[in-house]
Amino acid sequence: MGSPNDRVYSDTHEWHKEEGGVVTLGLTRFAVDALTDVTYVQMKGVGTRVKAGDVVGEVESVKTTSDVYCFVDGEVVEVNGALANEPGLLNTDPYGTGWLVKVRASDRTGLTKCKSAAEYDKAHPS
Amino acid sequence: MLRTPLHKFHVEAGAKMVEFAGWEMPMMYTGIHEEHHQVRTSGGLFDVSHMGRVKVTGRHARRFLERLCTRRISDMTAGQCRYSLVCNERGGVRDDVIVYRMDEDEFLVVVNASNREKLLGHFEQVRGDLGVKIDDQTTGTAMVALQGPKVMELVSKFSKEIPTLKRYRFAVKNLMVLKLIVSRTGYTGEDGVEAILPAGMVGIAMTLLLKDVDMRKEGALVRPAGLGARDTLRLEAGMPLYGHELGEETNALECGVDFAISLDKDQGEKAEVFVGMEALKRTMEAGGPKRRLVGIAIDGKRTARQGNAVLRNGVKVGEVTSGCLSPTLGHAIAMALVDIEATEPGGVLRIDTGRGELEGKVTKLPFYKAAK
Repeated sequence: MGSPNDRVYSDTHEWHKEEGGVVTLGLTRFAVDALTDVTYVQMKGVGTRVKAGDVVGEVESVKTTSDVYCFVDGEVVEVNGALANEPGLLNTDPYGTGWLVKVRASDRTGLTKCKSAAEYDKAHPS
Repeated sequence: MLRTPLHKFHVEAGAKMVEFAGWEMPMMYTGIHEEHHQVRTSGGLFDVSHMGRVKVTGRHARRFLERLCTRRISDMTAGQCRYSLVCNERGGVRDDVIVYRMDEDEFLVVVNASNREKLLGHFEQVRGDLGVKIDDQTTGTAMVALQGPKVMELVSKFSKEIPTLKRYRFAVKNLMVLKLIVSRTGYTGEDGVEAILPAGMVGIAMTLLLKDVDMRKEGALVRPAGLGARDTLRLEAGMPLYGHELGEETNALECGVDFAISLDKDQGEKAEVFVGMEALKRTMEAGGPKRRLVGIAIDGKRTARQGNAVLRNGVKVGEVTSGCLSPTLGHAIAMALVDIEATEPGGVLRIDTGRGELEGKVTKLPFYKAAK
């Protein structure tokens, strides 16, 4: 199944979906499959200012720990609290309930570095 | 890359395959934690065909193994298996193995996949002039582990004898056209068996074994489990793994498996000196090992990884050898080699993950013990 078309994808396997100035960020199916079972998620707290290219949090799995990068400038306005008790949502529903963090974007030019779903899937066939 | 006789089974079961020690092996099927719980509560089926199986026969077979193994072999009876270490001259660990005594002059040694080639070379060296035939049967055979509190229910459908086997005993079974070696052993901390069979018989054996089991179904008595779950299961059970707790540079007396080291093997009847024995005796004469393997129960769910520094009062006292979030206990656990002064149970240690510090307490191994 292809990645959803309503968002853009980075080479570091984050997706960014923009809705009314707020960008929701998560990890791709390809990324979570490579991580195996996610065991712990730690995102920067609400109110944190981030710049495109910054680490916005980290995700631990049985296999490894990896950084999550943000591709917009802005401020963290919401963190997915459900992941604290149920980090496995990242594995089961990475494009939906497994979202990581929402950023109110002040500058979205970083997103131009991201790919469309088709381009991403072509580069990372699952 | 080598493929096991169960390769087709893995692909059909939807396994995520990975390279491990030169073999293409299943990392997981449905999910590592799901498979872990399946083994703790019911049953899991593991392909462990990548492990080396080496037959040792001949009039000096016993003496050869006595020189090779840290544990006494001569008092084993036919039908018994024994866990042992194989050491280098410095008392470091070459590998950990299970020795099966098939007969007076016939043994089977199961070794780690990653050490098979190395050990075969070592076997040649230790053999010297002894009358021993060494036959690597790894690729001609398969090995499957059934592990979990309910797997004996399944096994009992095929054999009355196997469920009566004690731990570390095995039986050679002829089941129709199948010749199987079935041992009451495993690497998960659960009850179960491991079976060795000819590679060409895997298809028929799996069909027979699973004829009433739909492994794809949740709630099935037995479901396939991969290397990912195998690792978290063995870690909870406090079992060491070569390349983590065990290694050429790790003194055998540091690894928490003293039961498998007999420094008096050079005494009494059928006395033999094993490779590394002199070095380990020197370690004891110098007051024992300077560090020991400990368990650390970590507060919270963050994982410590191999190589992370272990600190006490801000001073480095050791290194993590393995770590994971324990699916059974719900918090992180780790094993670590730490200075002997820091091994007291209950002692507070910190672990520097490179991303932050975790806190935990020294805990007796295993972290998890199956209910009897």
